[in-house]
Amino acid sequence: MNPTILEMNNISKEFTGVKALTNVNFKVNKGEIHCLIGENGAGKSTLMKVLSGVYPHGTYSGDIIFDGSVQTFSRISDSVKTGIAIIYQELALFPDLTVYENIFAGNEVKKGALVDWNQTIVRAKEMLNKVKLNVNPEVLIKDLGVGKQQLVEIAKALSKDVKLLILDEPTAALNENDSENLLQLLRELKNQGITSIMISHKLKEVIAIADQVTVLRDGRTICTLDASKNEVSESVIIKNMVGREIDDIYPKRNNKQFGDNVLEIQNWTAFDPKLGREVVKDVNLHVKKGEIVGIAGLMGSGRTELAQSIFGNPKFYKLRGELLLEGAKRTLKNPKDAIKAGIAYVTEDRKGDGLFLIQDIKQNISAANLEMISSKGIINNNEEVKISNEYKGSLNIKAPSVEQLVGNLSGGNQQKVSLGKWLFVNPTLLILDEPTRGIDVGAKFEIYTIMNKLISEGMSIIMISSELSEVLGMSDRVYVMAEGEIKGELHANEADQEKIMKLATQ
Amino acid sequence: MKLLKEAKSLIGVNIRDYGMYIALFVIMLTFSIMTDGLFMSSRNISNLIDATGYIAVLAVGMTLVIVIRHIDLSVGFAAGFMGAIAAILLTQFGMPFYITIPIILVLGMIIGLFNGFLVAHMGIPSFVASLAAMLIFRGALLQVTEKTGTISIKDEHFNAIGNGFIPAIAKVGQLNLLSLIVGALIIVLFIYFEFSKRRNKIKYHFEVISNSMFAIKVLFVSAIIAYITWILAGYNGFSWTVIIVLIVVVIYHFLTTSTVIGRHIYAVGSNPEAANLSGISVKKITYIVFCSMGLLSALSGLLFTARLQSATTTAGTLFELDAIAAAYVGGVSAAGGVGKVTGSIIGAIVMASLSSGMNLLGVGISYQYMIRGGVLAGAVIFDVMTRKQRA
Repeated sequence: MNPTILEMNNISKEFTGVKALTNVNFKVNKGEIHCLIGENGAGKSTLMKVLSGVYPHGTYSGDIIFDGSVQTFSRISDSVKTGIAIIYQELALFPDLTVYENIFAGNEVKKGALVDWNQTIVRAKEMLNKVKLNVNPEVLIKDLGVGKQQLVEIAKALSKDVKLLILDEPTAALNENDSENLLQLLRELKNQGITSIMISHKLKEVIAIADQVTVLRDGRTICTLDASKNEVSESVIIKNMVGREIDDIYPKRNNKQFGDNVLEIQNWTAFDPKLGREVVKDVNLHVKKGEIVGIAGLMGSGRTELAQSIFGNPKFYKLRGELLLEGAKRTLKNPKDAIKAGIAYVTEDRKGDGLFLIQDIKQNISAANLEMISSKGIINNNEEVKISNEYKGSLNIKAPSVEQLVGNLSGGNQQKVSLGKWLFVNPTLLILDEPTRGIDVGAKFEIYTIMNKLISEGMSIIMISSELSEVLGMSDRVYVMAEGEIKGELHANEADQEKIMKLATQ
Repeated sequence: MKLLKEAKSLIGVNIRDYGMYIALFVIMLTFSIMTDGLFMSSRNISNLIDATGYIAVLAVGMTLVIVIRHIDLSVGFAAGFMGAIAAILLTQFGMPFYITIPIILVLGMIIGLFNGFLVAHMGIPSFVASLAAMLIFRGALLQVTEKTGTISIKDEHFNAIGNGFIPAIAKVGQLNLLSLIVGALIIVLFIYFEFSKRRNKIKYHFEVISNSMFAIKVLFVSAIIAYITWILAGYNGFSWTVIIVLIVVVIYHFLTTSTVIGRHIYAVGSNPEAANLSGISVKKITYIVFCSMGLLSALSGLLFTARLQSATTTAGTLFELDAIAAAYVGGVSAAGGVGKVTGSIIGAIVMASLSSGMNLLGVGISYQYMIRGGVLAGAVIFDVMTRKQRA
């Protein structure tokens, strides 16, 4: 058994009246990969913020023992000095600076009072070798894909002689290929003696990589499972996470009946003038009433661009081809047209372009259909509260009231608000772009159940997803995209992970 | 005891809103004590409010501009320029005031639309676009007043909007009767709206504040309105400026809190991308907000020109910064999406009270600037702190 590198004892943390953590105990052995999991709002991120000094010593109770001594961090730089590095889900890189500048940002290689740029580049190359990233260090960060950016973040952490590396959902934004590379890298770092804590919602990865798994629920430690004792399995983890058994991750849908085509597009091409190339090429697809159509493909395969080009083309692509709604040819000039035509689009990036974070739940839910609750341009505020409360109930949005700011909700609840906003426009076709990214198993199950209910009420759904199991579990039909083209169409009974991956990477 | 607890939680939730009113109250009380009541005298309050008018209407428009994450630096000289045009129309063209005023207001909207075009259509950052417009209007103001210099205006009706008071009809003791009636009317309307709001909420079975708390709130606000009315009625009564500013505030308050357009403005301010994907035209909202800013600049120019009874070559200098300061003191967030019209009006009155009080005390102008700067910084610090606490 390796010695303990980190011990967090009886950690409690309270936010004005709300207990985020209650007597949490968390122990990590030297040189292992320890996964920390739990539903959204279980307290994982809070615990890591306590550890890294975001919440300074004194604002929480309990002890942190790292590397053999009690630590009292009062700021993030204190934890960095002792060898703790944390990489957040939202990457903290400077997009307009080069790779080498990013790796040594805040930790510059100096010669006297000046920065030694030549030495910086040499050392950056070393770090890039360590993370097996083969790029020119003089490339700008914004020109790299998300997967490579993640590796740069890790290189940056390694440059500071890190002993404990914390990764908050490192693979959330990565495709399967990049995710596998990242996990492989973590294993190699482990061989070099670096301890890692990984927060993840992807249980398959957790099972593949973890030496130990600690499960948090409602701000308490539920259990720590040891992989070497064969304690780690999907069912055990889920049971501990949600406090109940989930028989099936994907709820069954009975009596499937499809109607006529709700949407059909023919020879659909979108040219992005900013990139100077076609992002969607000659796509033909159709969606029937009562059908869930999955669109699989890697990041950057043109899935989101396709969805947006259908949804009123907000990015001003140059479009060619035909779009038919319920058999009739249509031109949708902007998102407003699309909404009026009965299309709703739940975006991939709910914080970036989906929600109004500084507004409350009711204002978000009503935002796309204020006409419904107003007459002659004057809003009936009471009607708004009433309707938002109905959605809060039916979608099971967990918040004290509909006056709660959306920015203060957990990811799963934010996603439900986003869904509520688009259900309120009463669409016939719902386009969901990564509907369950970054949300926990319990909330995922709820969203799948809602999707099934909507279908049974006669709606049609296009679901874009990077998670193959989700695509397979929910879709009636799957289109696979790559390089802006549809590479194949598979029916639910003939689709499997291998076939999709083969089409997506051909 | 229970009532006290309710009051405490109400104040806790609305600390930023109430904080403004409390600050204003403290400032007024302090000056009253230091000046032996001179500050709260009918004459001084009347002057103070009239002198705030032309900044207050700008602050209202600026609030919306800042809410949608823009800025308009051109409003000061735009106001000065349009005031000069008004003076020229009145004196050199002999136009009556009832034609001049609408012409100037329409001109203001056209100017606003032009700024909106630069920002929304051409995609020029509003700071740069309005800086350019500011220089242009400064030049235009000098140009139109070049030959004549200061243009004095003889039209009594026109000058009344900056200096005049509503007629008294009759006196009740020392008090102005019509002003008393107007004050009473405002109170009745206020009580009526509060009751109907409460009745509607109860109809929807929503939680409302307790009966006694509601009574205290209504009585308290009514008492304040009554007190202000009584002070003003003791001098010349309500001025036309006050009436105009009140109407502007009521319209904009209603527009921002109760209409679809208002909601769209705040949606664009809090997340333009999300607003666009929600079917809200960011361009259209930008045009509307800049157009309203132009309209209010025109109104500000009219009020100022009428107040001075003349158009000067430097009219409008630094108005834009006073308006921006009033908006920030009033709780508008530079990050966009947050800010109330009523807050900005209180902000404008706070800044004007400071000037007026310090003038009465004989504080040197150099110290006045420093103190007002300190108050601006303090208000924003308070804003940031209370926002942090809530998050």
